[in-house]
Amino acid sequence: MDTDVILRTAGLGKRYGNRWAVQDLNLTVRRGEVFGFLGPNGAGKSTTIRMLLSLVAPTTGSVELFGKPLGSARGDVLRRVGGLVERADFYLYLSARKNLEIVSALRGGKDGVDEVLHTVGLAGRADDRVKTFSHGMKQRLGLAQALLGWPEFIILDEPTSGLDPQGIKEVRELIRRLGTERGITVFLSSHLLGEIEQTATSMAIINRGVLAVQGRVRELLEGGDNVVRVRATPWETALRVAEGVAGTPALRVEGDAVDVPLAADRVPLLVAELLRAGTAIHAIVPRRSLEDYFLAITEGATDIAPRGGRGTEG
Amino acid sequence: MGILVRLELLKTFRKWRTFIGFLAIGLIIPLVHVAFKLEGGSAVRSVTRALEGDFFLAGNLFNTYFITQLILNSLWVHVPFLISLVAGDSLAGEATAGTFRLLLIRPPSRSAILLAKYLTTLLYTASLVLLLFALSLGLGVVLFGTGDLLVPGRILTVLPEALLPGRMALAFALALAAMWCVASLAFFFSSLVENAVGPIVGTMAVLVVFLVLGSLPMDLSAQVRPYLFTSHMNVWQSAFADPLPWDTVRTAVAWLAGHAIGFYLATWYIFARKDILS
Repeated sequence: MDTDVILRTAGLGKRYGNRWAVQDLNLTVRRGEVFGFLGPNGAGKSTTIRMLLSLVAPTTGSVELFGKPLGSARGDVLRRVGGLVERADFYLYLSARKNLEIVSALRGGKDGVDEVLHTVGLAGRADDRVKTFSHGMKQRLGLAQALLGWPEFIILDEPTSGLDPQGIKEVRELIRRLGTERGITVFLSSHLLGEIEQTATSMAIINRGVLAVQGRVRELLEGGDNVVRVRATPWETALRVAEGVAGTPALRVEGDAVDVPLAADRVPLLVAELLRAGTAIHAIVPRRSLEDYFLAITEGATDIAPRGGRGTEG
Repeated sequence: MGILVRLELLKTFRKWRTFIGFLAIGLIIPLVHVAFKLEGGSAVRSVTRALEGDFFLAGNLFNTYFITQLILNSLWVHVPFLISLVAGDSLAGEATAGTFRLLLIRPPSRSAILLAKYLTTLLYTASLVLLLFALSLGLGVVLFGTGDLLVPGRILTVLPEALLPGRMALAFALALAAMWCVASLAFFFSSLVENAVGPIVGTMAVLVVFLVLGSLPMDLSAQVRPYLFTSHMNVWQSAFADPLPWDTVRTAVAWLAGHAIGFYLATWYIFARKDILS
């Protein structure tokens, strides 16, 4: 057992009715990482985070925290995790301090309330009712409750949403410091590539509930050949084949071009498969940017082929 | 569990909503007493006048026990409403506020949190019913004094004063059993929705429909009556019967407890599996 692995999901999936919000998700987060979980709105980030924190039961697959299954060791592992899920909500009729004391008591502790209030810059408003707080202050208090007891692993869902530029800067700075100064592993979701680029060491991109790519931020963003553009006809077949080889969704861009995230050493396999499927290949071009790819899925301006079930493995 | 109950009590008793019940009872009971003090003499005489032809009525019949007995009729609808205000909010309120996301990502299991919330709901209900009895009896003693209890009904019963403290305590316990059952129903509804209005309306609707269903002058009504928990809600009236109908009391309490446990188990079944999307 790799003791450095803090979080591992295996085949994690969630279906609401007949729509899959998250499908076959395999994530690995290691100790000391700031792991950026990037995806456009509605990509399945929050559903994933809710499954990691036991708010939502997975339809398929499992979550392991610190090497133990969340399903059976829930109390044990959640004691070592702090979390903020979506908008920071509190008991509005209670003071900030009382709210934190409640969370602290649920974690089985009592101390540290003043320290985290100080860390997020709310010490001066500790005894005011949360009702009187602005959105930005609630969001800071949300961070404070996640930090209570300085857990080993902190899961933050869009922690900078709704903050002013100064607040965003401070929160990002705080997240970086959590990793470097306190050795806390952070799982951070965002729909902003820039935010992940600035704060995270590793990242995964999720789109339409499916993992598109996962790796070290530096390698992914500077590697330059992580996305391949395929021009082949018929493009429908090319897209299907590309997805089969990459194991992730591909995008149709401008006419018969298809973009797919793919490592350079898998391009020969892609060519072989395209030929085997009987497509006419016009060009296969490595493209720099994960950024372009991410922008494309964020804008949703291009078609994303629906993935047919989960039959694309291998 | 002690810590979880303490946290729930803290949340409940810091909420304005919780005090609506205490406030309502604290206002209505003195009003009723004052009204009886001003007008009640004639009201009770109209009851006793019919009897005076055949019986000789002596002593202070218009006393605290008599008034309290009348006030207990608020256990049909008024008190259940005040209970469902809080019981219906217990789970749905956290969904509305989004605070399940604060509460349920922590080590305590959902079962433990649910039990703490249920116990807190029962404690709130008990404090409300206790206030009703204590205020009514206490104020009554001051304004009207004590005396024998005249129990209206098909058979005229007069309970001697010496028995009444014990009978009132029994009535309190039985009323509490009925109100706990109502609280359990509201608590169950609270697990189904994300807003407290639904559970409140739902609880009152069930009460009214069941009460009507149980009292229609039809064969069908007579057939279903024993199976409706509302038909056993008036078990506190047994405390004023002479001799005490222990069989009726036992049956009613068993039905009420059975329903309460059933409601709780149904709530647990739903809540333990529920996806928290609020």
